Amino acid sequence: MANKSKIPNIAEIMESIKSGKIWKDFTKQVTESQIWTSSFRHGYADTPRNRVLQIASNVWLHLHPVKIHRHALRIKFTWCMGGITFLLFLSTVVTGVILMFYYRPVGEYAYFDMKYLQYDVPFGMLMRNMHRWAAHAMVITVWLHMFRVFLTGSYKPPREFNWVIGVFLVTFTLLLSFTGYLLPWDQLAMWAVTVGTNMARGTPFLGHEGPFQEFVPLISARYDMRSALLGGSLVGPPALLRFYVLHCIFIPLVAGALMIVHFWRIRKDGGISGPL
Amino acid sequence: MAFPAKKKAAQELPEKVHVWPYLVRLEFLCAIIVILVLTVWSIVIDAPLEEAANPTKTPNPSKAPWYFLGLQDILVYFDPWFAGVIAPTLIIVGLMLIPYLDVNPKGNGYYTFSERKTAICVYTFGFLVLWIALIIMGVFLRGPGWNLFMPWQYWDPHKVVALVNVDLPYAFGIRTYLNASIFGGAVVLGYFGLGTAVYFFMERKAIKNVGFLRMFLKINLFLIMIGIVIKITLRLAFNIKYIWVTPWFNI
Repeated sequence: MANKSKIPNIAEIMESIKSGKIWKDFTKQVTESQIWTSSFRHGYADTPRNRVLQIASNVWLHLHPVKIHRHALRIKFTWCMGGITFLLFLSTVVTGVILMFYYRPVGEYAYFDMKYLQYDVPFGMLMRNMHRWAAHAMVITVWLHMFRVFLTGSYKPPREFNWVIGVFLVTFTLLLSFTGYLLPWDQLAMWAVTVGTNMARGTPFLGHEGPFQEFVPLISARYDMRSALLGGSLVGPPALLRFYVLHCIFIPLVAGALMIVHFWRIRKDGGISGPL
Repeated sequence: MAFPAKKKAAQELPEKVHVWPYLVRLEFLCAIIVILVLTVWSIVIDAPLEEAANPTKTPNPSKAPWYFLGLQDILVYFDPWFAGVIAPTLIIVGLMLIPYLDVNPKGNGYYTFSERKTAICVYTFGFLVLWIALIIMGVFLRGPGWNLFMPWQYWDPHKVVALVNVDLPYAFGIRTYLNASIFGGAVVLGYFGLGTAVYFFMERKAIKNVGFLRMFLKINLFLIMIGIVIKITLRLAFNIKYIWVTPWFNI
């Protein structure tokens, strides 16, 4: 009779739920089971040393300092916009690589590859949508990030240079979005880029319709600032290839390099800004 | 009674916290929410794909990507060399110069309006009015021929808008090209010269500390920004096309 386990009554069960004992018992049962102990060699003790090691010894997380000011956690202070911008950039990289498997930046193929992507490739439409909406959202979040950084005066010493890097990154975000805008090779793409690049005709000295171009020899509609962007005098197949290479290789590499500097400088300049 | 006790507890909290778990869990939560919203958005709304590119068929209106529509809109008031080349360059360079021009040590790392009124007013005006508001106008209100249409109006491609714009010197009765050039130049250079002089006079005590170059760049970037607003106002209110005409460029 003494060995028979006692059936708990309702009051005891309620008490164990209230005190959290039921969860402890459950965790104990799981973590002491043979499956668990054979899978995991040791537990995680929530000690200050381990908290530091979680960050310092992890290649992905060590971008962070191990400790930060309490105010840096407040969404009201950071708006979380810098982090979201980076996350959206990563989303466009992942979806962009998938899109590259199906897309050829050639005048004859590009538009039909878009149709193929949308109607025949499994999840092709979803990948395209995610890529495009993440890119648009990234433009908005990077502006808001910049606005927040301005409003908190975070560009002030010692963070002046990181603001300059940030302005480069805003510019490259817009250029990434703009070069990607041409790739669907539809009417929307071609004419938006026509409008955008037509501005380069007016470049002083270097555009064939710009001020003072008459003082620069050899400037013509075929050889000026705009044709350097387009690889011709109109938005044609050479422009498509040029924008593709800029969009998929050149600008992401430059922007990526600048992001590394941007994040590194946050640490070196003493973490994210705060009241001194 | 509970409230003061809680407040006291908050004061006793350490100033610094561990990134693991306090920041990492926030970032993780934020990432989940963003990815979730992006996925739902992408399932519900398809990215646009119009008919195949056709260089012989120009849509009316032809619009740049939405984030450049602020610049496309000031094309109404300025020639492409300014609206499409100089203005964006000045925006980028001007933004980069902000930390070097703003020498106010206050408001570093916290929200304050009272300690840096001018800086916040200028930036907010540039961002919300000259950038965001013009984009909203460009996306929703600019129709065929880049004419203004209210949201309830039909986008009539044959809408006739009388072009009665004249240059500023003409409005002042100057009829010869040379005189018009001289008059326009005097107005434009006078605007910048006078603006700079007034600013330097008002802030004469600060020149020694702030530095001449810094103050010169600050006021002239500001005058360019306000100049854009003045030009827009002149066009909308008085149908002024150019202020300064020269054989090489027009402003």
